[in-house]
Amino acid sequence: MTTAITKVTTHISPNEQLIFERSQTGRIGYRLPALDVAEVELNVPNEFRRDDDLEGMPEVSEVDVIRHFVRMSTWNYSIDLGMYPLGSCTMKYNSRLNEKVARIAGFANLHPLTEEHDAQGALQVIYELQQHLAEITGLPGISLQPAAGAHGEMTGIMIIRAFLDARDGAAASHRRTMLIPDSAHGTNPASAHLSGFSVKTIRSTPEGLTDLDHLRELCAHGEVAGLMLTNPNTLGLFERNIKQICEIVHEAGGLVYMDGANMNALVGVARPGDMGVDVIHLNLHKTFSTPHGGGGPGSGPCCCTKELEPYLPVPRIVKSSDSTYRLDHDQPKSIGRVKAFFGNYGMMLRALSYTLTHGNDGLREATEAAVLNARYVAAGLIEDYEKPFAGAPMHEVVFTDKRQSRKGVHTLDIAKRLIDYGFHPMTIYFPLIVQGAMLIEPTESVGRQELDQFIAAMKSIAVEAVENPELVLNAPHDTRVGRLDEAAAARKPVLRWKEKQS
Amino acid sequence: MANVPEDLHYSKDHEWVRVDGDQAIIGITDYAQNSLGDVVYVELPKASEEFAANEPFGSVESVKAVSEVFTPIAGTVVKINEALADEPESVNSDPYGEGWMIRLKMSNPGEVDSLLTAAEYEDFTKAESE
Amino acid sequence: MLKAMGLGSAEELFDSIPEDLRLKRPLNTPAALSEIELLDRFEQMGARNAGARRVSFMGGGAYSHYIPTIVDHILSRSEFFTAYTPYQPEIAQGTLQTIFEFQTLVCQLTGMEVANASMYDGSTALAEAVLMAERVTKRSKVVASAATHPQYLEVIRTYVQHAGIHLELAPFDERSGQSWEALAGAIDDSTAALVVQSPNFFGCIEDLAALADAAHAKGALLVVAITEAMSLGLLKSPGACGADIVVAEGQSFGVPLSFGGPYVGLFATREKYARQIPGRLVGEAYDKKGRRGFVLTLATREQHIRREKATSNICTNEGLIALAATVYLETMGRRGVQEAALQCAQKAAYTARAIAKLSGYSLPFTGPYFNEFVVRGPGRAVELLSRLGKEKGIEGGIALSRFMSDRPNDFLVCVTETNSREQIDALLEALSEDNKS
Repeated sequence: MTTAITKVTTHISPNEQLIFERSQTGRIGYRLPALDVAEVELNVPNEFRRDDDLEGMPEVSEVDVIRHFVRMSTWNYSIDLGMYPLGSCTMKYNSRLNEKVARIAGFANLHPLTEEHDAQGALQVIYELQQHLAEITGLPGISLQPAAGAHGEMTGIMIIRAFLDARDGAAASHRRTMLIPDSAHGTNPASAHLSGFSVKTIRSTPEGLTDLDHLRELCAHGEVAGLMLTNPNTLGLFERNIKQICEIVHEAGGLVYMDGANMNALVGVARPGDMGVDVIHLNLHKTFSTPHGGGGPGSGPCCCTKELEPYLPVPRIVKSSDSTYRLDHDQPKSIGRVKAFFGNYGMMLRALSYTLTHGNDGLREATEAAVLNARYVAAGLIEDYEKPFAGAPMHEVVFTDKRQSRKGVHTLDIAKRLIDYGFHPMTIYFPLIVQGAMLIEPTESVGRQELDQFIAAMKSIAVEAVENPELVLNAPHDTRVGRLDEAAAARKPVLRWKEKQS
Repeated sequence: MANVPEDLHYSKDHEWVRVDGDQAIIGITDYAQNSLGDVVYVELPKASEEFAANEPFGSVESVKAVSEVFTPIAGTVVKINEALADEPESVNSDPYGEGWMIRLKMSNPGEVDSLLTAAEYEDFTKAESE
Repeated sequence: MLKAMGLGSAEELFDSIPEDLRLKRPLNTPAALSEIELLDRFEQMGARNAGARRVSFMGGGAYSHYIPTIVDHILSRSEFFTAYTPYQPEIAQGTLQTIFEFQTLVCQLTGMEVANASMYDGSTALAEAVLMAERVTKRSKVVASAATHPQYLEVIRTYVQHAGIHLELAPFDERSGQSWEALAGAIDDSTAALVVQSPNFFGCIEDLAALADAAHAKGALLVVAITEAMSLGLLKSPGACGADIVVAEGQSFGVPLSFGGPYVGLFATREKYARQIPGRLVGEAYDKKGRRGFVLTLATREQHIRREKATSNICTNEGLIALAATVYLETMGRRGVQEAALQCAQKAAYTARAIAKLSGYSLPFTGPYFNEFVVRGPGRAVELLSRLGKEKGIEGGIALSRFMSDRPNDFLVCVTETNSREQIDALLEALSEDNKS
């Protein structure tokens, strides 16, 4: 099937300075009502008051602000523009209906310290989402308090630590090793460290799966508190020995933590709780479509077995026998609070809306489409790019630049050239165990035509890498700015605007 | 082809040692700076800090990676290359000269003899690349 | 497409999952709802939140401020809210430049030299500041004022429990409501940092300059936390007072209450600590043609490179909310932030002084305040506030007994530029009437 590969043309995107460079003394962009109380001498001593008149802060009109941000927005690629195949990020459609729900005044204007009886609707949302996530993961204990995936990870690992300390007492001080696969996301070891664990790396087999022999070897040392793994793993492959893996770790006295970043391959199809996993975190901003916002906000619910439930953060949101929703602070074994108030509540609203919009069969269909799309891309690229692992990928697939690098073209260059074709690049150089990794996750929010365009673009770049490598090496060609000198930026970091001293 | 000066001693962690009386100057090799890419920052210890052989004394950062740097021999830091704070790129452009990192007073001068010679290091790096 | 892949059915897509692990039944979650049904469902739940409809004098870490109309419009642009972390700078300059502006604004407001691209919220930013202080000083004791927001203290405890850090609380002065005396006395050579919130949980403004001196005299850092960021429009910046790390909750800047989140944590420090700061940083960079752009930088501090030795495990932060704060601050600008802050302070002064004149009511703390203050009523505050809510449709404040057992009649009142004279006078009347009955 041939598709017209339309390379992007230069976009009309006006240059736009920093707001501070556009500032004009005396301009204002707001109007507050006049002060309606008599002005008095405040009881704030002079030495506590600001004396710099907020020098340097901008003075612009409302029109200035609108144009400033609208212009800058045109420099961004986004999901609404097209396929965003970042592996491990699940860039699916961010429904506008979810946005409308989040802005309903009854939620948007509700103060978090409102007494329970005047916030029943708000608590109901949390409770219902908890129920659905428990069903989807097969794990009954849920906390929605963590604000992002890494935060949920930290919570889950702290729960493991608390459980082991309670179970083993003083002997637990010998169980301070967390096993982490060499393919793991960097937040995994960082989160383990926050709970006072040291990290030992488990090798992957040539197939790309967890090496069971190495796992047994590491567990035999006796210091193992647990295992952190992602399933499907960061290579997009399902760990088919997951039940055995959990058994090995449990037998050694440890617990299994699953990084739920790749849940988009499992929803409605398989459940971590059924696999023997003890605790997982979810990323609502991945699997449950809440918007990525240029780097958040996220939400990283932590889900666990009944046994680990007492250790979840407080307060827990529970339903009383009279059907009212309550905050339960009486959890003496809790690891404590991980964030003020309830978590990123606005994302919970959106995730619940997503769950109800899809319905139970819709959720499963989304999973099927996500996996199908990834398989389709894998089949389309296999002739031109090296696929290091033979296993059938789930919702994401990894390729390497091995063939292209022989001609001096590397993953980074391929990614930059893809921009010229109007696509956002895939995840590059992750996972670390694959040389020149390109991790592609189309998600279910892409139709066949766009998948074909993506495949055609990648095939075209593979040809260019041989016939006209300069084109790829100097990409991107049609963006506002070219490749930026990141080394110079890191050597002499300029992290804020400053008024020029004349 | 990476540069491997004859008159230096080398370690398997890609550090070089230049002996100067009872002191030793240490840095990372041309092979190492090439693998790292553009160096943006070098973390160095303070003077008078003591290190055992093979202990990390600092780190080298490129844009996308960090590597610890180890001292192949034991000693006490006498001087550090302060110029690297302003010009970390010297590690790339002149790894054996301007890119030197620390000067140690050796605890056991005999230790240098168990390090690799230039020829041995060259063979080692060839084997690593394969 | 299934046929093109050589598959007979969708079920075969999951062949690599062992048979016994595959769900053989549909999920026990509701069937799909149409837009109409869904919106109806959520509207009904929203309607059950009586608190959202009332005039509010609640603060305590989340504040009602005026949000200019254009903030939400700009946030809702596809290119901002459906974009991702700016890993490919050439096609993310919109996000990167706005973050650079955000970092600059945070520095200007806090009086510090470098700020990151955001943390989850004020409470987790404070916990991370404590961890950073330990890294920088290599000391393991931290002294915090007991006048810090109780939930913030809880979060610090959770974060430090396995970090080998010993957290000590220093009591506050019962008369003034400020920290000072006890805090200065608790610092010694093993103290990594002094943690103080200003204005504190009771609304009292702390003497940051004196606390900075006391901390520095012993080689400790001063960490300042701010829950009501609007106070920075009136009060001397913590940076100018000598703070070493400043964290704040940025929700006051253009972010709706939304039952507690998403909010945004501000994190700022001195340039010499830049490599110890957690979170993302955006820096200026140039391309081959000399065009200015922005990139994520100093990434070697972060988890994806340093892994277990990273300055933090944070990855996703609060990008879109930081954008909201940026739009707010640029719309209000230099004059607007100061005017809004001054209105808060003037209305709070009017309210507090009037309440103090009411029979049965007093202000237990003498310290200076910005827009929050504690009121002592004639009876139990929880019941008083409940009556105000039900009978007068006013959320009069936050009962302190919800956080501390020794203040049954005290409640925290917050006044902002959104509280009109009529609303304030209605509160005064309601309080007065309540005492009579």
